[in-house]
Amino acid sequence: MGALVEVDGIHVRYGDLVALRDVSLSVAEGEVVCIIGPNGAGKSTALTAIAGGVAPYAGDIRVGGVSVLGLRPEQVARLGLSLVPEGRHIFGTLTVEENLRIGGYIQGDRAAAKADMERLLALFPRLAERLRYPAGRLSGGEQQMLAVARAVMTRPRLLLVDEPSLGLAPRIIDQIYEILLDLRQRAALTLLINEQSSNRILKHADRIYVLRGGRVQLEGPAADLRDGEAIRHAYFGFGEAPVAPLDAPA
Amino acid sequence: MIQFLQNLIDAIALGSIYALVALGVGLLFGILRLINFAHGDFITIGAYALIVPSADVTARLLIGGWPWPVMIPMICLIVVIVALLADALVFRPLRRATSPTLMIASFAVSYIIQNGVLMAYGSRPKAVDLWSGANTQVLIGDLRVPMLQLITLAVTLVLMTALTLFLKRTAYGVQMRAAAEDFRMAQYLGVRGNVVIGIAFAISGILAGVVSLLYTTQSGSLSHTMGVPLALFAFVAVVVGGMGSLVGAVVGGFAIGLIVTMLQAYLPPELRAFRDAFAFGFVILMLLVRPAGLVPARSTFERV
Ligand SMILES: Nc1ncnc2c1ncn2[C@@H]1O[C@H](COP(=O)(O)OP(=O)(O)OP(=O)(O)O)[C@@H](O)[C@H]1O
Ligand SMILES: [Mg+2]
Repeated sequence: MGALVEVDGIHVRYGDLVALRDVSLSVAEGEVVCIIGPNGAGKSTALTAIAGGVAPYAGDIRVGGVSVLGLRPEQVARLGLSLVPEGRHIFGTLTVEENLRIGGYIQGDRAAAKADMERLLALFPRLAERLRYPAGRLSGGEQQMLAVARAVMTRPRLLLVDEPSLGLAPRIIDQIYEILLDLRQRAALTLLINEQSSNRILKHADRIYVLRGGRVQLEGPAADLRDGEAIRHAYFGFGEAPVAPLDAPA
Repeated sequence: MIQFLQNLIDAIALGSIYALVALGVGLLFGILRLINFAHGDFITIGAYALIVPSADVTARLLIGGWPWPVMIPMICLIVVIVALLADALVFRPLRRATSPTLMIASFAVSYIIQNGVLMAYGSRPKAVDLWSGANTQVLIGDLRVPMLQLITLAVTLVLMTALTLFLKRTAYGVQMRAAAEDFRMAQYLGVRGNVVIGIAFAISGILAGVVSLLYTTQSGSLSHTMGVPLALFAFVAVVVGGMGSLVGAVVGGFAIGLIVTMLQAYLPPELRAFRDAFAFGFVILMLLVRPAGLVPARSTFERV
């Protein structure tokens, strides 16, 4: 069985800043894979690159065996991949329903999209109650739910989710993970999720990549990494010599 | 009192024209962050398409001589094609460019169109009589209103309603509003950026085509720079209304129409020559009081 997504030694930079160096990762059909790493590690850049939002200057990205380099984001989306970006990027002046409809247009089949929306709304009662609201008036948790539901409206095979827990209360974060895992079953989704911390994700993920300084520091099955020591090591880089002294003059 | 009402109607008719021009400009600004100086020249093209290309002083009607149910769509179609060509040849290759670069590119488009018109039609202004019934007065109570003003107002209302319905009710309209708010996110969801932008150019072309007809009927003359002052006032309208809000563009258009007409009517005669200076003075005052415009918006298509 081939990988659904293969990232093959990509390098990404923004002007002079190199955000990813020789990053490789792969996600197989049906897996839940998580990328964790501190601020500025390059997690968002990795997901954005896969979704066609930023072009690597070296390396290759394949979705279902086909290279997506040079494709525009809307073309990548048509390969069955959907991104829930960091900060949710809800269309705040559109209604909740319109936000969902945007996701559905890609199907080109109104009836199917409408049926999808109804099925999804059964999972998101809070959104169902607020269909005619401007989406900008939703709470942070509701907006995150909407962002997930909207992405699922495109009927992706692979859902890329960038820090779904950002700025949300623990109870809400639990709900969101519950829904993501539920959707994974119902919609046969493969999940690639970014998080800053490993707490929750170790429970849910099949495999984990730890990213720091634009490089993959560690990868492996979540089951092998549960004790946390290896992750802490990769995440913070302790023990790597030489480490810049923390009390260096500012 | 009657005189004031008469002036008010003039103001609304002039404001309608500015509002239609400002809508065309505002639409592209909303989605592309393009300040399209060539919009005025789109209007010029629509106007010149009415007559036979030649350097003669007296214009002979070409499309302008056709029956209006054919003429109006034809003029709009020509302007739409020009707008789409401008997008395909100039703005599409510049998709990743910054807003100032796009604006400078639109200057280039503007000059190319003006010089093209100059080559095909010569530099002398031409008189055209598109519709002699335009100035027939319609009596409303004690008011005498020229037919053309009523038509201008009606056309403006129809176009605004149609645009609103398009943006609210159609799939492409909703995609356009989404793209105007967050272009990249819309693309991630599969919205075809170039298609949506193309539709925005086409709509702005239709608006420019209609304005070219209304304006030419009213002024009765053509010149290769005729669109420039219209575009200029439309930019002012867009800024006064609130950069990036379509409702603002319309409100701004009517506000500018009102200011210009009232200054024309009530300034002492010796100051009338400086009407536009006073008008722009007003605009600066307005912006000092409300820097974000009359209808500051979080999104271009908010409350459309
Ligand atoms: N659009 C951009 N332009 C310039 N630099 C950028 C841009 N986006 C990210 N960067 C830089 O690239 C590096 C990696 O950023 P990225 O957002 O991918 O990290 P991240 O792991 O997602 O961090 P966080 O946990 O804070 O979201 C950082 O140094 C960041 O400042
Ligand atoms: Mg990030």
